[in-house]
Amino acid sequence: MTTPVLEARDVTMRFGGLTAVRSVDFTVNAGEIVGLIGPNGAGKTTFFNCLTGLYVPTEGTVSYKGTVLPPKPHLVTQAGIARTFQNIRLFANMTVLENVLVGRHTRTKEGLWSALLRGPGFKKAERASEERAMELLEFIGLAHKRDHLARNLPYGEQRKLEIARALASEPGLLLLDEPTAGMNPQETRATEELVFAIRDKGIAVLLIEHDMRFVFNLCDRVAVLVQGEKLVEGTSEVVQADERVIAAYLGEPFEGDPGEAEAAEVEAAEAAAEATSTTSSTKGEAK
Amino acid sequence: MTETTKTPAPDAVPTPPAPRGLIPLPLAAARALLLAGGIATAASAFLAWTWTDEFPGDLTINGYPGGLQWLTFTAGVLTALFALAAYGIRGLGWLLPARNNAPLVLTALGGFAVTWFTVIAISVELGGVVNLEPGGWIAAIAALLPLIGAFALPQERTGDGTKEALKAYVAKPDRIPAPEASAPWVQRAVITVVTIIGLGVFTYGIDTEYGELFVGYLFVVAFAIWALHTAGLLDRFSAIVAGNRSFTLAMGFAAAIAFPFTQTDDHYANIGVNILIFGTVALGLNIVVGLAGLLDLGYVAFLGVGAYTAALVSGSEFSTLSGVQLPFWASALTGAAASLVFGVLIGAPTLRLRGDYLAIVTLGFGEIFRIAVNNMDGDSGPDVTNGPNGIANIPDLNLLGFNFGQAHDIGGFTLGRFANYYLLMVLIMAIVVLVYTRAADSRIGRSWIAIREDETAATAMGINGFRVKLIAFALGAALAGLAGTVSAHVTYSVVPTPYQFAGSTPPNSAFLLAAVVLGGMGTVAGPLLGAALLYLLPEKLVFLQEKSLLAFGIALILLMRFRPEGIIANRRRQLEFHETGQLDVPKQTTLTDEPAVTKAGA
Repeated sequence: MTTPVLEARDVTMRFGGLTAVRSVDFTVNAGEIVGLIGPNGAGKTTFFNCLTGLYVPTEGTVSYKGTVLPPKPHLVTQAGIARTFQNIRLFANMTVLENVLVGRHTRTKEGLWSALLRGPGFKKAERASEERAMELLEFIGLAHKRDHLARNLPYGEQRKLEIARALASEPGLLLLDEPTAGMNPQETRATEELVFAIRDKGIAVLLIEHDMRFVFNLCDRVAVLVQGEKLVEGTSEVVQADERVIAAYLGEPFEGDPGEAEAAEVEAAEAAAEATSTTSSTKGEAK
Repeated sequence: MTETTKTPAPDAVPTPPAPRGLIPLPLAAARALLLAGGIATAASAFLAWTWTDEFPGDLTINGYPGGLQWLTFTAGVLTALFALAAYGIRGLGWLLPARNNAPLVLTALGGFAVTWFTVIAISVELGGVVNLEPGGWIAAIAALLPLIGAFALPQERTGDGTKEALKAYVAKPDRIPAPEASAPWVQRAVITVVTIIGLGVFTYGIDTEYGELFVGYLFVVAFAIWALHTAGLLDRFSAIVAGNRSFTLAMGFAAAIAFPFTQTDDHYANIGVNILIFGTVALGLNIVVGLAGLLDLGYVAFLGVGAYTAALVSGSEFSTLSGVQLPFWASALTGAAASLVFGVLIGAPTLRLRGDYLAIVTLGFGEIFRIAVNNMDGDSGPDVTNGPNGIANIPDLNLLGFNFGQAHDIGGFTLGRFANYYLLMVLIMAIVVLVYTRAADSRIGRSWIAIREDETAATAMGINGFRVKLIAFALGAALAGLAGTVSAHVTYSVVPTPYQFAGSTPPNSAFLLAAVVLGGMGTVAGPLLGAALLYLLPEKLVFLQEKSLLAFGIALILLMRFRPEGIIANRRRQLEFHETGQLDVPKQTTLTDEPAVTKAGA
């Protein structure tokens, strides 16, 4: 295949003695939707921050379309990777339109002098930016709220706006950090549609998510991160069937897995204990 | 407080009690009191209030108001006008579009405040109430009448308790009827008239000769503006301004230029030029603090760099470069450029810090500037600035044969030295306003605001935070330096002392920051208004002298408690501090007549 959109090689991130991410190799190919799942504290967001330059990885490199990315967030965005945040980080006191215009920052050039002199070039660029921003707002369905302050949008729309702002930088890869956190089922559905629509624009998508149905519906490939290490990677079916994944989420049975007979024994004992305790104590023990 | 004539006889079905006032009086009586009281207050200004002219302003003359009496007169007239408007007199309806009581209450309060302040000031300063002529007593009683009337006005009460009731009296109604669409020429005429009135009010304030008059002036102006605000007239005016932005700006500058022509004494032009210098620097600081959100506590150093640079190349014999005398345009550019270089030099290491750390480091650099300048006297350091003696005898500017040091007659008006510099500063301020507005509304301005809102998110959007902040810092510094070049010539000499963090007179870093915060961060008019107030208060209230910093602190605390977004609120800031959540609905819907049902849109 051609060069992948994103290629993380041997990425390790240590905070002092704690290794949050350990030698993760990871690729996203053009036109793919890739999911990154894992239990809480598995290092997913840390890995994201390594990809986007917010953290400088202790070891390893991240390259975008074949070129190694410098660990500076604004250069990463300029290269073509845009992201959203787990806890929404909009510019709360700017309008919806202004938020998207800020996203246009890397794709426009007008500096201070051009702003002060206001030549024809400046006006043209501003108009073009605004048109592009309005297109994006139409795309996510917030065009009618262009003059509202971002902080006054309902939660779901704030998430959408964050995606629009990220799209404004014309990325080749969009990183979504828990895009459906806190959404109701309808909103989650709508986000699913939105992610597909973004993919159809030719933008690869990498997302962290806890909503498994959402992930397995959406993603061409899913990687599982557990305690900073990549456990499995593959299609939804492969990952869903993998025992280690289930173990990571639900916990592993301990050594000497209790057989069915033993389980029945325990149950019986519990029932007996309950019968005796109801007479003495006020309430039966909980499991 | 008991049942009064206003309460209807109890029926079989309990009806909600009719709204009534704090003071139980019939509505007709309340209104009559307001009108009669307003007129009586205005009329009482024509009486003699005291027997001796020892009290400043000469309030001893029957038949003609003097000094503070003019303010009482104005307040009385305003009360009477609002009272007439409340009666529904034709032609005055525009004064009270919502037919609410708050403007009446506030103008009555204003009249009461200024009159009683005067009467008390006479008694205190001259030693006892015996110094009051009958006129003074009459005025005091006359000023009380509209107040009684005002608080007898019926009030729809939402909650119980006196505090709530009092609040309701001065509250601005939620909905104010939309004005009828007016022709463009009418709008422009309104703007012109308001500008002229504004110039008149401002000029009066600058020309007040003694502290008592200034205090009275502040009372009347504050209550009048508050009354206009609650009447909804300020909103209407800002709507008109929003539609005629460039015309308003032009009128504003015309008024600023007209100011020295209204002055006969060059002393007041001196106050004017100092306010302009202070305001211009505050506006430059507003880029750094208001837009980019960088708390700079050493900003006055850049004013100093500009002033010292201009002084060094001014041709003064005390300058170490005494052979050099650049023309003004060159020295202004040199001063701005020197400040810009210093801004970059100081900004490059410090802007890597965020928040409080940045504030502390800039505070340190500001002090380093002053101390360095103090030491560069050839004794403890290289001989550059003459140390604490500074650079004196800075010659006056000469632009195209126009000598700024001499008085000139223009069209029958005499413009003194300070008036000349004042006009030059108006030009500089125009440049700074232009730079500010254009920079704010552009890609770079948006990135400043984004950095202020959330630096991490901003860098993730591709903004090079350090670079953008450095531009803000350097631009702010250059504008302060530009203002500094003029201030060096205005003050004849440049010494290190004014360029400190805090002092009792502006400009210093604390006052500059206060002007921005007090006036309203992120606005153009805010820092200018803040600068004017902060310059005039210590200048006029001489009796506060050593307590002026205390008063200043108390005023700031009160402001932060009651209006944290500053006197002139930026739309963003207003929302930040008052979680109403509904104010951002686009303009055209805020002033409608229709019931506000679906404003939220969700």
